[in-house]
Amino acid sequence: MVTTDPTAHVPDLAAVRNSMRTIKETTGYKVFKYANGAFLALVCVVTLYPFVNLVAKAFSSEGAIAAGQVNLIPRGFNITTFAAVMSDDMFWINYRNTVVYTVVATVIAMAMTTTFAYALAKKHLKGRSFFVGIAVFTMFFSGGLIPNYLLINSLGFKNSIWAIVIPNAISVFNLLIMKSFFENFPPDLEEAASIDGLSTYGVFARIVLPLSKAVLATMVLFYAVSFWNSWFAAFLYMDKAELYPVTIYLRNLLAAATSMEDMGTDNVQIASNVQAVTMVLTVLPIICVYPFIQRYFVSGVMLGSVKG
Amino acid sequence: MTTDLTIDASSRNTSGLETVAPPIKERRRRRRSGQSWRDALRKDWRLYTFLILPVVFLVIFRYLPMAGNIIAFRRFRPGGSLFGDYWVGFYYFEMFWNDPTFWRVFSNTLILGALTLLIVFPLPIVLALLLNEVRSRRFKRAVQTITYLPHFMSIVIVAGIVLQLTSLDGTINQIIRAVGSDAISFMQMPDWFRTIYVGSEIWQTVGWGTILYLAALTTIDDQLYEAARIDGANRWQQTWHITLPGIRPTMMVLLILNIGSFLAVGFEKILLLYNPLLYPTADVISTYLYRVGIASGSYSYSTAIGLFEAIIGLTLVLSANAISRRLVGSSLW
Repeated sequence: MVTTDPTAHVPDLAAVRNSMRTIKETTGYKVFKYANGAFLALVCVVTLYPFVNLVAKAFSSEGAIAAGQVNLIPRGFNITTFAAVMSDDMFWINYRNTVVYTVVATVIAMAMTTTFAYALAKKHLKGRSFFVGIAVFTMFFSGGLIPNYLLINSLGFKNSIWAIVIPNAISVFNLLIMKSFFENFPPDLEEAASIDGLSTYGVFARIVLPLSKAVLATMVLFYAVSFWNSWFAAFLYMDKAELYPVTIYLRNLLAAATSMEDMGTDNVQIASNVQAVTMVLTVLPIICVYPFIQRYFVSGVMLGSVKG
Repeated sequence: MTTDLTIDASSRNTSGLETVAPPIKERRRRRRSGQSWRDALRKDWRLYTFLILPVVFLVIFRYLPMAGNIIAFRRFRPGGSLFGDYWVGFYYFEMFWNDPTFWRVFSNTLILGALTLLIVFPLPIVLALLLNEVRSRRFKRAVQTITYLPHFMSIVIVAGIVLQLTSLDGTINQIIRAVGSDAISFMQMPDWFRTIYVGSEIWQTVGWGTILYLAALTTIDDQLYEAARIDGANRWQQTWHITLPGIRPTMMVLLILNIGSFLAVGFEKILLLYNPLLYPTADVISTYLYRVGIASGSYSYSTAIGLFEAIIGLTLVLSANAISRRLVGSSLW
């Protein structure tokens, strides 16, 4: 109808739309709008509260924490715990380990994932669906904890960086994101480059990679955050304190506090303050870069969802 | 070279050559699909070199452990073969089948998995719908940024936060004391563990979980809403008849994935949070398997449990996928 006589109907439609909107806005919808806003604000407060509480506890005195007085603002201001934790050499050794593990693991993971995804994105590649299949299958069925553990030990990875950086080198989820990105890469560019005499390697390194910086950055962040946060591989395969990442340092603090609480000693509160300080120091780098990297993550997830 | 290219590029624009181009392409494709492995390797050997390391990786670190599951049926001796020494049949399966602890952790797993699926899974949908109603872009973005944040925290941090909040001097007990009740030592009472677990899951995952739904919401055609409004549909009816069906494919895919990981409930989080006092509710298949396997060294026994769990997981995801494909037409593949 609209297409047959647009000029006559469009204003009508707009009028209807406007009248509907004003009717809705004046009644229950207005109430809903404010209730919704208030509710979402509450969600934000609840989400942020634990972090604020953590910071407050980190700067409070042990006595105030023990008395249950600390919630939003520090009581009995105290920074000696910060000084104490930061003067612990082991904390910094473990922190450095986290940085080293994250960097090495991310480099390996990126090299593997990028090349794998690039090859899998070539639709004409013979055997492509087979290779995609063996990768995707591992998403739904895996060897399980014990066979993995035995394998890593028999490879001699125990107490070495390889136990952390190798076994998680390919995340199939990230692989599929990259694959769908490369599939949408304009083929003309690659064709032109190969006519210019570049081999597959040349096209990949000089044409495709430089033009994929955004998706590569996203993948680097995906991997880096997951390696930065990981603890279980180190927990399983490392038993020397100087090899731990900082997550294990923190985990051991928590475990010590829990067992103390079981025994009913009053060291609990001291541990509570130390825990808070350590957590604040561990979380700090993530919180600092978070506002800048968040949108890359969102775009990465979207990219993955396009493929479905 | 460059001159050739420019000629090629300019000639492409002339209509005469364009009609010639497609048949060539088609012929090439036909030849490709029927080519032998030898031709494929000769032509694309450089691409295949890209596959070598990743495939070796998958074989060693993914498929070898799968094959390693064989020790569930074989006697394993530390220091012996990775695949065990001799066959014992279903000995280890019978062993856990008759183990009352296994059934306790099995039902704990089912309960925690069901609670997660029933409570945590729908919440991102609700939050996304509420966010979708927000007209102020600034406010919407602020809410998103804040609620995504917990997703980026290490599970160790999350566990630490949970322990802090639930401790005797923590915030929750401060509130309880403020209303005049006695403090509760949450982490020593099995009755509270499920609540705490689900609560921390909500805190950490719900905000991030909205992303895919928000993306799906933007793809719904505005004309549908317009038509519904003209037909007299109110806000709620619009949500029910247009918005929800619009994001149904996303919901189904995520539901299938969630069902697949149903039994793998938060292993790392529980391992960090629980203590022997909480075993009656907190101990799940994966943590039990960890204690029996890694801590006590009963490798074959715990591999049998792990294999059982993995097969159930695979069955669940395959059947959920098949059901979803038949009923609503959306599936993973």
